[in-house]
Amino acid sequence: MHLSRTLFAAAFMIATLFSTAQAQDADTERAIERYRQMLKEDPWSNPGLLDADRGEDLWKAKRGPKAVSLEQCDLGKGAGVVDGAFAELPRYFADADKVMDVETRILWCMEKLQGFERAALVRRPHPGGGQPVRELGALATYVASKSSGMKFAAKLDQPKERETVALGETLFMRRSGPFDFACASCHAESGRRIRLQGLPFLSDPEAARKVVGEWPAYRVSSTHVMTMQHRMFDCYWQMRMPELELGSDVSVALISYLAKKAEGGEIAAPGLKR
Amino acid sequence: MIRTSTLLAALAIATASPALAQQAPAVDPAKVDAAVKAAFPGAPADWAPRLTPDETMKACSAHNNLPPAPVAQAITAREKATIEYPADGNFIGDWKRGEQYAQSGFGLRFTDYPPRNRVNGGNCYACHQLTKVEVSYGTIGPSLLKYGEIRKFAEADAKLVYEKIYNASASFPCSLMPRLGANKVLTIDQIKDIVALVMSPDSPVNK
Ligand code: HEC
Ligand code: HEC
Repeated sequence: MHLSRTLFAAAFMIATLFSTAQAQDADTERAIERYRQMLKEDPWSNPGLLDADRGEDLWKAKRGPKAVSLEQCDLGKGAGVVDGAFAELPRYFADADKVMDVETRILWCMEKLQGFERAALVRRPHPGGGQPVRELGALATYVASKSSGMKFAAKLDQPKERETVALGETLFMRRSGPFDFACASCHAESGRRIRLQGLPFLSDPEAARKVVGEWPAYRVSSTHVMTMQHRMFDCYWQMRMPELELGSDVSVALISYLAKKAEGGEIAAPGLKR
Repeated sequence: MIRTSTLLAALAIATASPALAQQAPAVDPAKVDAAVKAAFPGAPADWAPRLTPDETMKACSAHNNLPPAPVAQAITAREKATIEYPADGNFIGDWKRGEQYAQSGFGLRFTDYPPRNRVNGGNCYACHQLTKVEVSYGTIGPSLLKYGEIRKFAEADAKLVYEKIYNASASFPCSLMPRLGANKVLTIDQIKDIVALVMSPDSPVNK
């Protein structure tokens, strides 16, 4: 495959950069900047592309109890249309009578078309550090990559969609748990950080447009692709909340709120994160 | 007074910041609660209270952390009443232990279960600069470098720091700082140790 050569060079470069830099977040930031630069010059060097490839294979393979592929999965632009579908997600799906983000929709297709058991898919949906992203995440990475270079254009203007965005905004402000945190505790101002990790001001469209389109992203510090559902799960972990269920209305509402804020921003998925 | 000046600073930031000035949208609170309950199906029974905001959190979320005066007064009154003081009247513990608690973010996360033989941290460095040597610090809260020295190590200020850590919202309604004592994240003895880190002359915070 034509990505492999550059990819291995890149993986080696990351490994050498980060083995020494792990302890020093500031160095890590600098290393990431250099790596981002390298990615711009050679977009094929993002290790997340391996997962996009794996996702494409999974998409086309006959799998599950019903032994069918996902090529009949309707991501919103008609059965089987992947190109540009991610750019218009989340959206309302009449067949499910729900607003869904990319991962929730793929989950739905795996359940309905392929016959997978939903409970098994959402039991441990996210990889631990060093493990590759799971199948659903690889599929989402593939689908998102097929909108790379396009602009976020989820309309989110139908009544159910508007309700979902409003729920997302309310949740973004909603404090709870023993640390009194809301998403807004950490993401409602620019220029702040936790330890040395920068905190994007996500309810600010300008900031949201910059970062939201980079998800799913290859996360250097955990050496795997992390999806947006996983990001929400992880932020709730920091908030001392229980494990957020993948595909839950809360997760979809927050992602819809973020997508709305990021409207017009460019999709660059898979991106690259600390 | 520190508190008035921080409050004024917060108001200045708020007026400059469109997201904070904006009003929260009207979504039926019962629907929000139901969605949250459904989103965390694996929550252990004793975690149930975490899913629901208390009166103070509700008021803060509804006003995007800028409660109007009467609401703010109700919050400070309610939160002041939660503060429990050390039985011996002494606010200063051991700064070395305090530094460990200030560094540690351990505790109350789902990966911290089942509980190990380890105490919770206060995670102060996540939000504050404290010592010169620790360069990995966050900026959600103000720098506390030389905090004690600036205040001439006054006992009255040690008490204020104790109260701040025990319940930040008692003096600053809707502070972004967690109510670490009131929410049982830290014990009274741990808070005394952290007060020592901030306030004692021999602490690296004041070197
Ligand atoms: C206690 C602080 C804290 C809270 C509360 C918090 N986050 Fe985060 N969030 C972070 C940190 C720190 C990062 C960056 C992590 C990193 O660098 O690895 C982050 C990253 C993110 C990102 C990715 C940003 C980027 O650069 O691409 C998104 C999106 C996000 N958070 C959304 C949320 C949402 C939605 C909530 C509420 C459910 C939330 N966060 C609550 C600390 C927090
Ligand atoms: C999630 C962020 C966060 C954490 C964690 C946090 N703080 Fe704060 N802290 C703040 C913010 C924001 C303020 C300013 C508002 C206020 O006074 O409540 C503040 C204010 C303070 C003040 C008063 C500063 C002044 O202007 O006089 C002290 C003292 C303080 N914090 C100490 C601590 C200590 C000690 C810890 C750890 C046990 C801690 N904080 C943990 C965010 C935080």
